Amino acid sequence: MIPMIHQLSIAGLQEKLARREVSAKEATEACLSQIKRVDSEIHAFISYDESDALRQAADADKLLAQGNLAGHPLLGVPIAIKDVLSVKGHPLNCCSKILGKFVSPYDATVIARLRKAGAIIFGRLNMDEFAMGSSTENSAFGTTRNPWDTSRIPGGSSGGSAAAVAADECFAALGSDTGGSIRQPAALCGCVGVKPTYGRVSRFGLVAFASSLDQIGPFTKTVKDSALLLETISGQDSHDSTSVPQPVPQYTRNLEGGIKGLKLGIAKEYMVGGLDPEVNNLVQKAIRQLESLGAEIVEVSLPHTDYAVATYYIVATAEASSNLARFDGIRYGARQDGADPMELYSNTRGLGFGPEVKRRIILGTYVLSSGYYDAYYLRAQKVRTLIRNDFLNAFQKVDAIITPTTPTPAFKVGEKSDDPLKMYLSDIFTISCNLAGIPGISLPCGFTSNPKLPVGLQILGQPFGEETMLRIAHTYEQANSWHLERALK
Amino acid sequence: MSANDFDVKYVAQLARLRLTPEEEVKIGSQLKSILGYIEKLKELDVTNVEPTAHAVPLINVFRADEAGVSMTNEEALANAPAKANGLFMVPKIVE
Repeated sequence: MIPMIHQLSIAGLQEKLARREVSAKEATEACLSQIKRVDSEIHAFISYDESDALRQAADADKLLAQGNLAGHPLLGVPIAIKDVLSVKGHPLNCCSKILGKFVSPYDATVIARLRKAGAIIFGRLNMDEFAMGSSTENSAFGTTRNPWDTSRIPGGSSGGSAAAVAADECFAALGSDTGGSIRQPAALCGCVGVKPTYGRVSRFGLVAFASSLDQIGPFTKTVKDSALLLETISGQDSHDSTSVPQPVPQYTRNLEGGIKGLKLGIAKEYMVGGLDPEVNNLVQKAIRQLESLGAEIVEVSLPHTDYAVATYYIVATAEASSNLARFDGIRYGARQDGADPMELYSNTRGLGFGPEVKRRIILGTYVLSSGYYDAYYLRAQKVRTLIRNDFLNAFQKVDAIITPTTPTPAFKVGEKSDDPLKMYLSDIFTISCNLAGIPGISLPCGFTSNPKLPVGLQILGQPFGEETMLRIAHTYEQANSWHLERALK
Repeated sequence: MSANDFDVKYVAQLARLRLTPEEEVKIGSQLKSILGYIEKLKELDVTNVEPTAHAVPLINVFRADEAGVSMTNEEALANAPAKANGLFMVPKIVE
């Protein structure tokens, strides 16, 4: 079957753009008409500006007509954006009520880099409020539905980004990952999602949740497309002092060559109880296939894995309680009046934040409060060192580590929304990666049988080991056809 | 340290976060179970372990001391809930 325009990968679209078989305008219209056809059911987008997208497409078509593709590796490619990244002149809500009618005064660095590469930036994608959640059920704008089964969640917090790519409403999307918010929804929606090494991508213009854990990354239909987006958005930025000076490799040029001789680690701590048998089966199959593709499988130990979720919920909430202090109704956002500033702050925050955000601010404030700092926050930071050392030790022996991305396929809307701890434990395989600061990718490795739901394979790379991680992912992907299956006809 | 002496009202006040009585009860009980789970970190011996604040620490990140472009007053006030004379308006702080 020949794919429709909106079903193409970025690479597929680029071939047609270069041959002038498809214009940037047609590519953009294909996304917009798919949104109109399916998004009332999927609800991946909370808003989009059609005329702005088409104006950018017209600009791209002018350059395409001149044959001026050099220096514009994403010329004419429509890319949608999670509602946590600043796009100048466009609304930014973090899917919260508290931001009111906020309009971004500047472009995030990743947006500026995509624009420079020629991409068409459009749409605001749904997410859990302030990126806190694993299902998008915490959005103040309604829940996104999984394109493979609309009774199920798409994952979160970047659920809108994953669903939009899986439903072919955009060619790629950006999201953010603090404890799995790119990889988990990518796994549950059957697309590719990458969390880069901490510091690889500038966070300037990303609304901060937990500053020492947050990274921006791509959602795409193929590994190659993710490599292209990643090499476009990576690199040091004078606006983010935590972005690193390491040069950015050309990830797209190093995807081929196979994985012969690479050592891949399997962590026994990840094959835990609670792992769905079908997920386990598909991941084991993928591991055997990687072996038959030439990799050597080595058992490694990550002994502090069991402490990652507890560590994460102290470190992340502590940082969040501090970062979210800025939402006080003074300089922007939906102010609720009060007789004095204290009452104004309390009213604004009490009415503006949703339940999960309140829960995490309270927890974060508590673990940082006088008398508890050492027992909770400082101890968690020390355990974080142990978790990071687990990975650094394992990487003495192996080039990458293979795990399931999630313990189960997508769960039903409402299934876990009343039990925060149960929801937190669904992130058990993705959280350590952020604490350790290493890169991770999720890519499809098959489907459950009934209902048919995507399952994700996670590859964790060495610090700044994106190149090898992407090559392993690409080699596996190309030996299979999971990425060609579409959620919607 | 114990999850039982967790006072949700006091912490909410520290966080400048107004909670309804129903939210106090619900968040209070949910956090007690989360704090109970977090207690497992006490099992580990962390003597002589250095804390990690950032996984990829960078030291002394400086840029050239040159004036750049910044937002105009108008742009900075564009999202203000209340403004006057080029300033943010806030409730009266001193009598």
